[in-house]
Amino acid sequence: MDIDPNLMRDIIMDHYEYPRNRELTKDDSDYNSRHMASDSCIDDITVQSKIKDGKIEDVRFDGVACTISTASTSIMTELMKGKTVEQAREIIKNYFAMIDQKEYDEDLLEEAVAFQNVGKQANRINCATIGWKAMRQMIDESEEKKDE
Amino acid sequence: MDVQAIRNDFPILQRKMSGRPLAYLDNGATALKPQCVIDAVTKYYTYLGANAHRGDYEMSAQVDAAFEGARKTAQKFINAKYTEEVAFTSGSTQALNEVALMVTEQMLHEGDVILTDESEHASSYLPWLQAGKKAGTKIEFIPLDEEGKITISNFKKALHDKVKVVAVAQVSNVLGQMAPIKEMAELCHERGILLVVDGAQSAPHMKVDVQDLDVDFFALSAHKLCGPTGIGILYGKKKYMDALEPVFYGGESNARFDRSGSLILKDAPLKFESGTQPIEGAIGMAAAMKYLESIGMDEIHAHEVELKHYFLDQVSDMDNLILYNKNAESGICTFNVMDQGKQIPSQDLASYLNTQGIAVRSGTHCAKMLPDVLHTFATVRASFYLYNTKEEADRLAEALRTVTLEKCIDIFF
Repeated sequence: MDIDPNLMRDIIMDHYEYPRNRELTKDDSDYNSRHMASDSCIDDITVQSKIKDGKIEDVRFDGVACTISTASTSIMTELMKGKTVEQAREIIKNYFAMIDQKEYDEDLLEEAVAFQNVGKQANRINCATIGWKAMRQMIDESEEKKDE
Repeated sequence: MDVQAIRNDFPILQRKMSGRPLAYLDNGATALKPQCVIDAVTKYYTYLGANAHRGDYEMSAQVDAAFEGARKTAQKFINAKYTEEVAFTSGSTQALNEVALMVTEQMLHEGDVILTDESEHASSYLPWLQAGKKAGTKIEFIPLDEEGKITISNFKKALHDKVKVVAVAQVSNVLGQMAPIKEMAELCHERGILLVVDGAQSAPHMKVDVQDLDVDFFALSAHKLCGPTGIGILYGKKKYMDALEPVFYGGESNARFDRSGSLILKDAPLKFESGTQPIEGAIGMAAAMKYLESIGMDEIHAHEVELKHYFLDQVSDMDNLILYNKNAESGICTFNVMDQGKQIPSQDLASYLNTQGIAVRSGTHCAKMLPDVLHTFATVRASFYLYNTKEEADRLAEALRTVTLEKCIDIFF
């Protein structure tokens, strides 16, 4: 896809300066939580999710992170909220395909296409995927629980 | 000091990064290698070839001479009194781990205190933390001053009867602050305290004399002083090296053993060197030490400090640059840049500098307790070495002057 760099930059700036869903809930009995501190030296973020009956009811995050981590996680929370686990998995699969420079469905990814060139700075791939990995882990866990 | 001649010794300086001439300012992480070091390493593989201390043939004798010659070179480099005091390790991390394990298990008791500080690298702090979990020793911290420095008055206040070990870096890796090691050693030895010094950031950049400093243990890594990776030195005073039992056992470190369980170890330093050592690394390290000495450690230090002052002059009018270590007399500059009142994340800034051909380090630099002192989570560190130039300092200053958060994001498009 031909991207308009200005538009893409504005998306990232907007989510960095005004992150969505950036507030952890204290009432976490219904929430699963992932603290992502081991993936990189710098980013230290926590993602919370409320997954009920195969549906992602809520996603939140907070922490100290760079522009790319903050914006990519912020966009992820917006994309995940209200989706079924199957839909969420499909979006996550396409997002990682995009990061790996493979074929992906850009319609599914909406604003997340702003990160399609993040691999140009190979060391920043971690930043663009840290929140997404947290979400993927929590979805996997919720599915495992269901099978038990 | 002829910097241009020095630059010609480093073939890697011919390469480009992000399509621009390389400005390598990440010397705190590792240093580049001159041709003489590359040649020394290659010579082991293309000519010497044999193992050390094992064969009765010409090649093997030549390897022994080169390997033990490397130890002598290292001994001279830090001015150790005896060869027995200089053991090869994989680097300062392994050296500091070995010291922490040996000292904790063999010399400390439950309730004893190891005194360190919050600016320490993980390698200076974590070995004591982990060794102490089993032994019941405790860690306490020397309060740092507002510049992140250890002062003698704060050090005195932190000392008490339970302190048995002081473990600090001579030069801290984030801020480049120098600890008053010689005075600390005096205070330690009046009280029977061991002083363990992490020399990873000092030995490459200034003259180190372990006898003059009177430290009990000292560790360095070759790769930060233009030598190969995977090799370094553990220095320990002879009385300790003689008395301590090693952490590792195996070939080369023992003299005799039998099935009854008896074991006679070799004398120091060989008892600390189980298994085949990185022989080419030791030879390369010696070449690096000789190279630095041929230029002069005092000259190298003066050059780095001059570059730092020059850089500070270039950026002195920049209100949006936060410098954390203006007064540290080393080649380390640690900073952040503000854009419209908000700090640019250090990793974004470092990635932007990469696109300008400038290599720096961002993050917490393995000193993860320091953010509490600096009141910022992460920083960017530019560290100068003997081959860096004023032109490179200019390029860094110019990049910092013109960078914006938007530019940091534009690198992805």
